[in-house]
Amino acid sequence: MLDRLGVAHRYVRRPGDLDGLAGIILPGGESTTHLKVMTEEGLFGALQQFAANGGAFFGTCAGAILLAREVHGPAQASLGLLDISIRRNAYGRQLASDVHTGATKLRPEPLEMVFIRAPIIESVGEGIEVLAEEGGHAVLVRQGRILAATFHPELSDDPAVHEHFLKLAAQ
Amino acid sequence: MELMNNNLWRVKVGLAEMLKGGVIMDVTNAEQAKIAEDAGACAVMALERVPSDIRKEGGVARMAAPRVIREIMDVVSIPVMAKVRIGHFAEAQVLEALEVDYIDESEVLTPADEEHHVWKHGFKVPFVCGARNLGEALRRIAEGAAMVRTKGEAGSGNIVEAVRHMRAIVGQMKRLTRLGEEELVHEAKELGAPFELVAWVAKNGKLPVPNFSAGGIATPADAALVMQLGAEAVFVGSGIFKSSDPAQRARAIVQATTHYHDAKVVLAASEELGEAMKGLDVRQIDEKDLLQTRGW
Repeated sequence: MLDRLGVAHRYVRRPGDLDGLAGIILPGGESTTHLKVMTEEGLFGALQQFAANGGAFFGTCAGAILLAREVHGPAQASLGLLDISIRRNAYGRQLASDVHTGATKLRPEPLEMVFIRAPIIESVGEGIEVLAEEGGHAVLVRQGRILAATFHPELSDDPAVHEHFLKLAAQ
Repeated sequence: MELMNNNLWRVKVGLAEMLKGGVIMDVTNAEQAKIAEDAGACAVMALERVPSDIRKEGGVARMAAPRVIREIMDVVSIPVMAKVRIGHFAEAQVLEALEVDYIDESEVLTPADEEHHVWKHGFKVPFVCGARNLGEALRRIAEGAAMVRTKGEAGSGNIVEAVRHMRAIVGQMKRLTRLGEEELVHEAKELGAPFELVAWVAKNGKLPVPNFSAGGIATPADAALVMQLGAEAVFVGSGIFKSSDPAQRARAIVQATTHYHDAKVVLAASEELGEAMKGLDVRQIDEKDLLQTRGW
């Protein structure tokens, strides 16, 4: 998606890889696995520092879990950069994975949202702007320069969410 | 390609996409599953016996007991996969009812059908299948596999077959990209694969589903090797729980897979590891005892 949008990007595996970046995407996958790598590589502290320095964040699915203030199902450590409480695998197992189309505040046209073993945002703090809801739960939220989706915008052809993030990162 | 143009297919492949860069570990009980998750596995594969034990003990290898699979699902939060015998669609129906996250229609178990594989498009749960070459990979995708892995030679602790199969698949794909359109029909015939899929690979230079490696990975360097050859993630079977210190080896293989391009990390992961599983010379295995030749 980033290639398609013509944005320079690189993989971040170590704290040093963050140098000079305007924003970072915390991708989907398994948050337990990501947490392990982040802790071992010293990325946990480095990402918090990156946020303190004003870096932009975009977390999708597992990435949203890592950004949350509070994680349930089971409880686990997180960066705590986004004032939301989130529950892992809250829709159920893979059989509950599905594609929905819904309204967002990004634009008038609806947006396709691919949910895979997705978490549910159970509550949001006051500083959170909810950009989209599905089934009564926030699924796309923003707080300052931090954006998080419980679905996978990278698995759709539609670049709308990524474009929104790039705008945040450019601010 | 109609069957691959719907939302169900997209979430099946989508979960496989999420496992890229990770390690999927074979486990036979809840305790091993927890060790795997704690070591950073991105998913676990529940089975009755690890391949090296199946090889040693013989007998018919079947789907794991539902009770054991459920115990594993209860104890870890990462995706849980389980194996069914080739062609045994009723075992697959049972696993779907159990709500596992992925089904491996696997040559490691004793085949139930020597002609047909499961029609995987008929299931809501996604499937992964093994392949030794591009034709086999595309036949499995045609049947609905949303992820392909090399077969390697399971339970051998020997990487040679996984390398052979990955090189074959990647090499055949590269070759396809150089062929003219008029050559693709003949190529589809030679590969024994549907023309539409052959044409898709010729145009895109990769499989339409993630391509992982399995069958013989026993060390961090083995994992780094197959990743550099083009695997997008690795399955480790007997390699972990048949080694002297499973937790440490599991961790080391995860590190090497994450940083497969960085030899210093692979070195650090390889140091102070206990004994790897003993392993078998594939050339000493009788033809009838090879697992990779199962599947059609």
